[in-house]
Amino acid sequence: MNRQDFPALNQQVYGKPLVYFDNAATTQKPQAVIDAISHFYQNNNANVHRGVHALSERADKAYENARKSVKEFINAKHTQEIIFVRGTTEGINLLSHMINKGDEVIISAMEHHANIVPWQLREAKLNVIPLLDNGELDLNAYKNMLNETIKLVSITHMSNTLGTINPVKEMIALAHEKNIPVLLDCAQSISHGPIDVQDLDCDFLVFSGHKIYGPTGIGIVYGKQALLDKIPPYQGGGAMIAIVDFEKTTFTHLPYKFEAGTPDIAGAIGLHAALDYVSALGFDNIISHEKKLLDYAQEKLQAINGLRIIGTAPDKGSIISFVMDKAHPHDIATILDREGVAIRAGHHCTMPLMKRFNVPATARISMTFYNTTDEIEKCVSALYKVKEIF
Amino acid sequence: MHELRELYQEVIIEHGSNPRHFYKLECPSCTGHGYNPLCGDQITLDLKLENDIITHMGFQGQGCAISIASASLMCESLTGKSIIDAQNAFELFHSVLTADAPADDRLGKLTVLTGVREFPARVKCATLAWHTLQNALE
Repeated sequence: MNRQDFPALNQQVYGKPLVYFDNAATTQKPQAVIDAISHFYQNNNANVHRGVHALSERADKAYENARKSVKEFINAKHTQEIIFVRGTTEGINLLSHMINKGDEVIISAMEHHANIVPWQLREAKLNVIPLLDNGELDLNAYKNMLNETIKLVSITHMSNTLGTINPVKEMIALAHEKNIPVLLDCAQSISHGPIDVQDLDCDFLVFSGHKIYGPTGIGIVYGKQALLDKIPPYQGGGAMIAIVDFEKTTFTHLPYKFEAGTPDIAGAIGLHAALDYVSALGFDNIISHEKKLLDYAQEKLQAINGLRIIGTAPDKGSIISFVMDKAHPHDIATILDREGVAIRAGHHCTMPLMKRFNVPATARISMTFYNTTDEIEKCVSALYKVKEIF
Repeated sequence: MHELRELYQEVIIEHGSNPRHFYKLECPSCTGHGYNPLCGDQITLDLKLENDIITHMGFQGQGCAISIASASLMCESLTGKSIIDAQNAFELFHSVLTADAPADDRLGKLTVLTGVREFPARVKCATLAWHTLQNALE
């Protein structure tokens, strides 16, 4: 649905119509987002927070309106709980400064490297929730891991490799029983269903603009105000200070405490346009279309002899990781590419997860609302070409 | 499909699924490790040297058809050659794959890998074994 809004989808590669099945890596951008960014640069380009001239005031307003749009999109209580960063990775790195050497953090075996390495850089002790064979988290193990020594639970809402959607509301409630705050990595889930931070009661949440049809280079940290206040500034510079003196500098309040330097103003404006676009489309429509695509694709793929799907949790998004008996995922991806079908092959920045399932890599199809069952057919016939070659 | 057939020639598919020299050497003179962090392909290469001659080669690891076939073909073509010959072969192979140098008779059996030139993203797969060899010789 609404394919015509995405100019990049309307092209051929190697003489074949493009089938873009790499949406978990990044999504394509609707014209509305492209227009919002170019409109800003063509008409209102100025720095924010500093000037008193007309353009600066317009830029400032557009940037702060973008912040409000994020606040509404995830239903945060306060606008100042929304911090602009470069993306999910930077968001987790920022939040990792609440953790000190030796602190215990719970993560899961399906985390992206972006939710593993920042904690290791802080020299945290990682306690890892194991997975069941179908790619679900082992919730019993999780319950037993929660105790007073844990400083934070940091988990993905939806696996970028398996598609598994984790029961985060229940997991947050369990952590809160022991007074442990929870950080949700919503890089994948943000575009696939509504998120209400007050209803979930999550303490922190991060996502990237480019995975929800917005531009690259912009992302969001959400945190409950009282908790964000306790985290030291992540970077120093302009915009994040109250008074600078060579002897002592004092920092400003949220959200600017965490936004040193000139931010990605156009990126924030592009993200605002993307969120408006998704809201207008409606998550009900998105969810039902993506569910149809997932069911259709899983059925077609399962019918291919020698193909095995990795990750079969009952609650999963429109991501399918798979391996084939004879062909390595990279060879699959190269052959599909020449048929116009763009997929991802590799470890998907989840090397511990590859180890868990004892595969060196997987091929991954990741679909979104603008994909069609006809594209799934094209992908499936390309997979038969793989079998022809191997 | 034509370019795909050029890339996935039967020799490559065959070496990819039944690689030669696919074992660990007892008491190797040196061992090299090759790893592509972007895709996860990894190769460990053992060499046995007598004077300046590579008398035995064996590799282990996992990867795509291109990287495994390339390692297999490399071991076949370099066993019995001198270190200097191996280094010259590396330079020739590398330049044919990356620098638009024309296919060269001196490549011998390795010529089957030149189809990789049309797939820039896969050149690193074909050269992984060779970089591992450099690592071993260092």
